[in-house]
Amino acid sequence: MTDTIGIILICLGVAFDFFGVLGLIRLPDVYNRLQAATKCVTFGSMGILLGVIVMQGFTSFGFKAIIGILFIVLAAPTAAHAVSRAAHRSGIPLAKISIVDKYEEDKELKTESVQKEIEV
Amino acid sequence: METKTKSRIIVFVFALVVWFALTDIKDYQEALIGIAISMLISFLTGHFLIANVASQHLIKRTFHFLLYIIRFIWEMIIANLEVAYLVIHPMLPIKPGIVKIKTKLTKDSAITVLANSITLTPGTLTVDINRNKGELYIHWINVKSKDIDQATKEIGERFEKTLTEVYE
Repeated sequence: MTDTIGIILICLGVAFDFFGVLGLIRLPDVYNRLQAATKCVTFGSMGILLGVIVMQGFTSFGFKAIIGILFIVLAAPTAAHAVSRAAHRSGIPLAKISIVDKYEEDKELKTESVQKEIEV
Repeated sequence: METKTKSRIIVFVFALVVWFALTDIKDYQEALIGIAISMLISFLTGHFLIANVASQHLIKRTFHFLLYIIRFIWEMIIANLEVAYLVIHPMLPIKPGIVKIKTKLTKDSAITVLANSITLTPGTLTVDINRNKGELYIHWINVKSKDIDQATKEIGERFEKTLTEVYE
């Protein structure tokens, strides 16, 4: 019984990992791709690890899986934030279908005010 | 008791529990090494865990934190189904953009949790934070509103209420 539930969870996890990869290929720019990559890959990997916990119980394997889940949940969004921020700062534009970019507007304001200070 | 010492003791106990769970203890030597390493870890990094004195209402805050986790898992499932739908759809019905939202949270840890939750929930990704103004820049895969107040309502408020209860 536990084996069946574990295998179902692992299959679900692999499916979501697959959607994440598909998104990584199909979506237009780095920011959209990050969305697919973080969400689906986090959830998919969590599913696989949960399956391992269900199948193994609270042995040392299961406990390692729990720690793996914890670190994925903490690290994946942080990495996504760092990558997207770095991409924007180094001037990678949003895809053409994007309709608004408040970050770019504010960045221009910031550089303008800095330039004014330098001129004064 | 001093906060630093308290923080170190918590880290020591936690590290020891993790050690015992990770290794199948067969020998007293393994336990001794675990204790030694836990002491080293708690001595070197223990004082980072609790920065200020724990505030009141511990039970109430724990309860709200559990509520938050349930909320978070639910939102995460929705997020994944949404992304899966977008990705399979042959037309790719997306309308991306970066919007700005406001937050009332002030503590570092609270803002971190909020930003991470926003990243893992439907269609949104935290790009940057302006801590002085309390603003977050969010990449939104399907922009519903460019207005800052409307966007705050759509994105931030789900979590902010519970997080305020937990952290402040």
